[in-house]
Amino acid sequence: MGRYFRRKLLIYGVTFVIAVTINFAIPRMMPGDPIARMLAQNKVSNVESAARMHAYYNDLFGLDVPLWQQYLNYWGALFQGDLGVSLFAFPSPVSSVVLDALPYTLGLLLPAILLSWFVGNGLGAIAARSKWLDNTALPVSYLLTAVPYMWLAILLAWVGGVILGWFPVAGGYSFSFSGPQFSWNFIVDALHHWFLPFLSLFLVALGGWAIGMRNLVIYELESDYSNYMQTLGAPRRLVRRYAFRNAMLPQISGLALQLGVVVGGALVTEVVFAYPGLGSLVLDAIQNQDFFLLQGILLFIVIGVLVFNFLADVVYVLVDPRTRLGLEGGAS
Amino acid sequence: MSLEVNDLRVHYRTLKGDVRALDGVSFDVADGEIVGLAGESGCGKTTLGKSLIRLDGRMRHVGGTVALDGEELPIGDDRAMNKRRFKDVSIIPQYSMSAMNPTRRIGRMIADLLGSRGIAYRDLKRELVQRLELVGLPEKVLDNYPIELSGGMKQRMVMVISTLLDPSLLIADEVTSALDVSNQKAVAETLVRFRDMGFVKSMIVVTHDLSLVYQIADTIMVMYAGRIVEKASAETIVKAPQHPYTKALISALPEVGLEYGDRKLKSIPGKPPQLLNPPTGCRFRARCPLAGDECAEQPPLVGIDRGHEAACWKLEESNARA
Ligand SMILES: Nc1ncnc2c1ncn2[C@@H]1O[C@H](COP(=O)(O)OP(=O)(O)O)[C@@H](O)[C@H]1O
Ligand code: SF4
Ligand SMILES: [Mg+2]
Repeated sequence: MGRYFRRKLLIYGVTFVIAVTINFAIPRMMPGDPIARMLAQNKVSNVESAARMHAYYNDLFGLDVPLWQQYLNYWGALFQGDLGVSLFAFPSPVSSVVLDALPYTLGLLLPAILLSWFVGNGLGAIAARSKWLDNTALPVSYLLTAVPYMWLAILLAWVGGVILGWFPVAGGYSFSFSGPQFSWNFIVDALHHWFLPFLSLFLVALGGWAIGMRNLVIYELESDYSNYMQTLGAPRRLVRRYAFRNAMLPQISGLALQLGVVVGGALVTEVVFAYPGLGSLVLDAIQNQDFFLLQGILLFIVIGVLVFNFLADVVYVLVDPRTRLGLEGGAS
Repeated sequence: MSLEVNDLRVHYRTLKGDVRALDGVSFDVADGEIVGLAGESGCGKTTLGKSLIRLDGRMRHVGGTVALDGEELPIGDDRAMNKRRFKDVSIIPQYSMSAMNPTRRIGRMIADLLGSRGIAYRDLKRELVQRLELVGLPEKVLDNYPIELSGGMKQRMVMVISTLLDPSLLIADEVTSALDVSNQKAVAETLVRFRDMGFVKSMIVVTHDLSLVYQIADTIMVMYAGRIVEKASAETIVKAPQHPYTKALISALPEVGLEYGDRKLKSIPGKPPQLLNPPTGCRFRARCPLAGDECAEQPPLVGIDRGHEAACWKLEESNARA
């Protein structure tokens, strides 16, 4: 088992190094003077600040030292959490711009994924044993997963925000607040803004979990061990308990994998609901050709995906004795 | 009489209609008797075994009765049957290799199973461990997951579980098919030992391997296309079969067939009929070398000798030829 994890760690480590290297290489591979070009594109016309930024980036890139030195310096800065300075939010450092957006993304996606997972698995497990629920919940689930997400999100924004007018359709909080703050009013306002984007993500993920769980439970109920238990007169309750537990195993690894994409943000959601977060930030970075910001976000996404994928691997192995023992046997 | 089966009819419901997998099966099994159930694949052996303990969702009990130790077995009533399963009737299924929950330690699974029947695992643990020793399994397998056991160990484990409550009737379905030769022999001997030690009263051993069942069975029943065509002592079935189908089966056996001197080994040409719309009359007719006009009628199962029955219109002619 240790060998398995060491190998996985190595793979993820190598992936990380490659991702960072690509991040490092992109601005340097662009023809011409990347700094001058970025400054021009961002219309930093103020001569003084343009000169300041040029000097700063020259220093940051250390373009006067050999490439391998630049590369090492880049890693060194990275480990100190220094991702450079954002052009579009100048002079905020990239890391703080990203960290400011992160709570919105996490606050939106974590509850949406976790809740849809719990509710979906519950619904699916019940649907697997109730004809009535199977005939109602299943078609609804298929509908939810089949509907294009964009369409569902716009529909929700339109109905909840425009027609009913119950919810705001844009922003993470009202303009009357100058910025995030710790006050009862602000929290209520933020929740109010949060609800529709959350609901859209919750609904769209719900159907998938429910269908998956239903099919898994039915599969387990028809498996040999369920049959054997029943020929030995085991009550339904016990047979279902076993089936449910075994059906949960793939769902648990599935959840860990899903959480990996959390960090990437929900680009479409954040665009449709004009919600702040990493998704909108990506868009801002692209529109403003802010390569440093884009690099920073990319790095975050890569780290997030890698960490949660590793977690999924760990969970997958620990939770299921078949894989766990298989690996132990293989390692000895 | 331990088991009495009378005109049992069990069908599979399918979209195309009923598959008549058991079409009027009658037989008895005495206390302490091991009955071998033989026949080609698709003849209804598994269906018969399952009918005696648990009909699956597609099976329908269409007619006939089953009595165990003088009391009716309500085979069509899943709820009522549940009380009798494990305690009165038990089965070693065809799929023993995958019969145990892969994610539960074997001991825990047994405890869950016993607990659900209102029996404390503690009370049976000593007996369980003794029986494990008897089949050559150490006590610590109870702490293992099924994946940690070899095929032969899983088979023996399932045998011990299925017989733990000393059922009156045990059905063993192709218990040796998945095993290598040395394990096959051990498993067959264990079945006999279980009977001898009184863990089970009587037994139906389902197999398509006549030579194996010949070694352990007292009586052999031969099935063809959902019906029993011949039943006799194991000795008689192998040495002096009467029904043309049994004869064909025996002569197709390598080692036992040799006793027929210069007769060549042959497998039976053709296949058993579809049971969706089974042919009328004798179902072996299409493949039978002796088939004649009278065979358009269904032949009854008649007694030939003490404990020897066969269903064929031309038993005498068939004897003359042998
Ligand atoms: N689930 C099922 N649905 C429809 N027909 C079935 C089903 N299971 C078995 N049968 C049919 O019933 C007959 C007997 O099958 P089975 O009892 O498995 O035979 P055996 O165990 O002797 O090989 C076969 O003709 C088979 O095609
Ligand atoms: S009844 Fe006729 S067809 Fe059937 S086995 Fe006897 S001889 Fe053959
Ligand atoms: Mg079979």
